Amino acid sequence: MKKIFSNDIVDKISKTLVKINFSLPREVKHSIENAYKKEREKYSQKYLGIILENIKIAEKNKVPICQDTGIIVVFVEIGLDVKIITGKYRNLDEIINAGVEKGSKEGYLRNSVVFPLNRNNTNKNSPAVIHYISKEKDKFKITLLSKGFGSENTSKIKMLNPSEGEKGIENFIIETVKEAGSLPCPPIFVGVGIGGTFEKSAILSKYALTKIGNETSKYRKWEKEIINKINKLKIGPGGFGGNITCLDLKIETYPTHIAGLPVAVNICCWAHRIGSFEL
Amino acid sequence: MKKIYFPLKDEKELMQIKVGDEVFISGEIFTARDAAHKKLIEMINKKEKLPIDFKNSLIYYTGPSPTPPGKIVGSIGPTTSKRMDKITIPLLKFGLKATMGKGERSKEIVQAFKKFKVVYFITFGGCGAYLNQFVKSIELVCFEKFGPEAIYKLKIEDFPAIVGIDIFGNYFFNRKKYNFKKRP
Repeated sequence: MKKIFSNDIVDKISKTLVKINFSLPREVKHSIENAYKKEREKYSQKYLGIILENIKIAEKNKVPICQDTGIIVVFVEIGLDVKIITGKYRNLDEIINAGVEKGSKEGYLRNSVVFPLNRNNTNKNSPAVIHYISKEKDKFKITLLSKGFGSENTSKIKMLNPSEGEKGIENFIIETVKEAGSLPCPPIFVGVGIGGTFEKSAILSKYALTKIGNETSKYRKWEKEIINKINKLKIGPGGFGGNITCLDLKIETYPTHIAGLPVAVNICCWAHRIGSFEL
Repeated sequence: MKKIYFPLKDEKELMQIKVGDEVFISGEIFTARDAAHKKLIEMINKKEKLPIDFKNSLIYYTGPSPTPPGKIVGSIGPTTSKRMDKITIPLLKFGLKATMGKGERSKEIVQAFKKFKVVYFITFGGCGAYLNQFVKSIELVCFEKFGPEAIYKLKIEDFPAIVGIDIFGNYFFNRKKYNFKKRP
């Protein structure tokens, strides 16, 4: 049995959230640097240059990379041999939200969370959107995403007919990216969730975004083929044209019903703010 | 590189800029995004007096992050302009001469901008830390309860942008085929 104190979770979430808003993961930065070297279209190259400068300034001056510091999405991987000492909190959701609130305040992140109908701001950047994954033994890992909505708004889900198969899936991904055009701040990252049920495919597509930069996945060859097809759309950085629209794409799958083929496409801007920690 | 100042002294100044021009914008501009636009439209529909004189002015679609101590402003990049398409047109009658944001706009906006001689500036999405450097002051104007969506007045100096729609009805993005060779 591993004991974890709630305050340690709160502090670690807070610090990670601040960090990911000032500094992008190495793989993300690296893919943008590569795009800058390869892109030839005039306005697009200029934009990529400004993006790289923006990343440097954010790190140096401790200003968020983007003013849309997002709604916070949290994946919790937790084993059965973990005992959380709750303290003043009633459950793990409360602990996580306390960390999100602390980090948002300390990092001067934007309060971007509102009640959906009256649009009143919660004024603390919580609640986060939290997903739990059951794990073995005493594993405790938290992955945080600061998910901007320019790109989230262009994401889509479709219940395909099973006979449409891989071709149908590809077409739906390409269609979604094409329709998104300049809106999600390309060059983009794409998470694809295939299978399960309506909601499972959507969660898988978000989870796929946490696997960006992983070169060894089961579907790597197919992922690369789809990336090439997306890049042929010539949307380019900012929608300004050019050869680089998609920086990476990841696929996650789950068994589904004999009658169905759910597919979800979750789009993320170039500013893929993600970080994780284990306790 | 062309320089342009807001509010415009004379709307004829917009004749000098065309689609694809890289410009530096200086002067005083307003911020407004979804919530502020919705509120303004409600006020127009109720025939109430608007809290701002939009004559010859520029609206920047942004909701800045909070200002940390010792800094002028937080991160302050553009939001997606397209969401404001339907709620922009009623403001044009009040003399609004420019909008700035990121990404494509609708055909209706291109046509309306041609009719009312309004320009659209594209600035750099996700680059709020970079664009922060060109903002010299920020001051709350109205709708404080909207938080980041309130209307602020910004003083800016050489703020970089690209002309996305000019007053002649030319459009930077070719949505049909992403065929950028045809761009003027």
